[in-house]
Amino acid sequence: MKRIGRAIGLTAAAALTVTLFAGCSGTTEPAASEQADAGAAEATPEVQTSTLSGTISTNGSTSMESVISALKEVFEADNPGVTITYDATGSSAGITAAMDGSADIGLSSRTLKETETGLTASVVALDGIAIIVNAANPVEDLTVEQIAGLFKGEITNWSEVGGNDMEVTLVGREAGSGTRDGFESIVGVAEECKYDQEMTSTGAVISSVATNEYAIGYASLSSVGDTVKSVTVGGVPCTEETILDGTYAIQRPFVIVTNDSTTLSEAAQAFVDFALSPEAKEVIEAAGAVQP
Amino acid sequence: MKVKKRVEKVINAVFFICGLITIIAVLAITAYMVISGVPAIREIGLVDFLFGQVWRSTGSNPEYGILPFILTSVYGTLGACIIGVPIGIMTAVYLAKIANSRLGGLVNTAVELLAGIPSVVYGLIGMMILVPGIMKAFDLKSGTTLLAAIIVLAIMILPNIISISRTALLSVPEEFEEASLALGATKMETVFKVSVPAAKSGITAGIVLGIGRAIGEAMAVMMVAGNVANMPSLLTSVTFLTTAVSKEMAYASGLQREALFSIALVLFVFIIIINIILNVFLKRGDKK
Repeated sequence: MKRIGRAIGLTAAAALTVTLFAGCSGTTEPAASEQADAGAAEATPEVQTSTLSGTISTNGSTSMESVISALKEVFEADNPGVTITYDATGSSAGITAAMDGSADIGLSSRTLKETETGLTASVVALDGIAIIVNAANPVEDLTVEQIAGLFKGEITNWSEVGGNDMEVTLVGREAGSGTRDGFESIVGVAEECKYDQEMTSTGAVISSVATNEYAIGYASLSSVGDTVKSVTVGGVPCTEETILDGTYAIQRPFVIVTNDSTTLSEAAQAFVDFALSPEAKEVIEAAGAVQP
Repeated sequence: MKVKKRVEKVINAVFFICGLITIIAVLAITAYMVISGVPAIREIGLVDFLFGQVWRSTGSNPEYGILPFILTSVYGTLGACIIGVPIGIMTAVYLAKIANSRLGGLVNTAVELLAGIPSVVYGLIGMMILVPGIMKAFDLKSGTTLLAAIIVLAIMILPNIISISRTALLSVPEEFEEASLALGATKMETVFKVSVPAAKSGITAGIVLGIGRAIGEAMAVMMVAGNVANMPSLLTSVTFLTTAVSKEMAYASGLQREALFSIALVLFVFIIIINIILNVFLKRGDKK
């Protein structure tokens, strides 16, 4: 209702502008103003069907920040009347927001729990977390158990996992980071990591691992360049293909959650459709994730 | 005449308003810090907050003890002073009393440049050169340590100490030094037994200002200190009060966020205390 009201308001404003312009230009031909009126009348239904407007509120996972921001940027550019808001509150808070209707779209970097009902979850992207070591480190492969052991401080020497006789330096992210949360929850080391360094960005983790031959760290797949070595996990390399076919273990879904009992506004529905469409593939990849 | 008076009044009002803006800003910030910092302290408990040794803000059973951060900030600042103060004062003495004008000018320009380098650049250089260097020198598995932060901070506070100490040394009356020289003291005896003691309050003001800069620095130390909430020791990864706030602020919510404001409040109190000390020294200098 609000949306329609605004559309009418916009049309009225447009019509007014046109009439004003007609007046300003000094042309007294009646044809000009008639034309303007006709245009305005015709525009009314068109505005409602093709031009989206309004605000879409999204709320949830901090890890999805880069993906949502990228999607938001493209969608807002295509639909100038739409504003998308994003509150980084965490997956559980996002799902709750979708349940109680305080946000149009909830964002979650985990699948729904059994208790979280009445919701539709669509996987918009898959996020693979690469395990990185220094380029000089001979270790090529680690199992998930070995990774857990390393980060919990149970394995303190690289020789225990087939490397040189060197101590292990654990490089991670700061508390609250989505990547840290994702890594720790998938590997099963939440709150048990004995970090030597907590960096505040993925770039800092990579540069720290690149300059320290003792180091092991983790980073989003897309950010890993040639300065560090990405190890295979259980024999599976971290690539887009292995994330897509599910063989790479350290990955998680980015989920868009909507409430089944309320209909989304036209704009919000269009945004969801866009996020799941093939057009969003490149946008999502540029943001460091893979579209399923 | 009337017009002139009116203009005078208007200009007066403009200056008054400008002054007021500063005062309002200070009061507003203070009020905001107290209002947003106190609730978490109340919830956590002042003693647990200030003297708790474990910071685990995102755990399922969160703990909010900031003693590691407080001690790190104190040790880090002290360490920076131990390295930076002697070098700073010596440089100031050299600039004010010993150097010829050409060489002195050159050093002075270098000092001014040092003051203008953004802290992120200090951090970057520290990260790329100092951290790997410390790793090699001490045979450590990780070079991001309190020591790295201390060295970076020591260099960062040099310009503050040098420029204020130099001004203080330059304003020592020449008669003092001439009298000392006339009594048979050597140039060095004169500098260290007459000039430096006479410029004492100015030099102290420079040191206190340096302390203020060191304790408030966030960016550079965040890049070299490792940011793990350990109790501080020279060769471990540590978190300062400033970095504790900045590293978690982006994602924090609920009590964690409020606790970060409380950390900022503690930092704010530290800075106020330092400013009061500075004022005391400056006033004492004025009396002389």
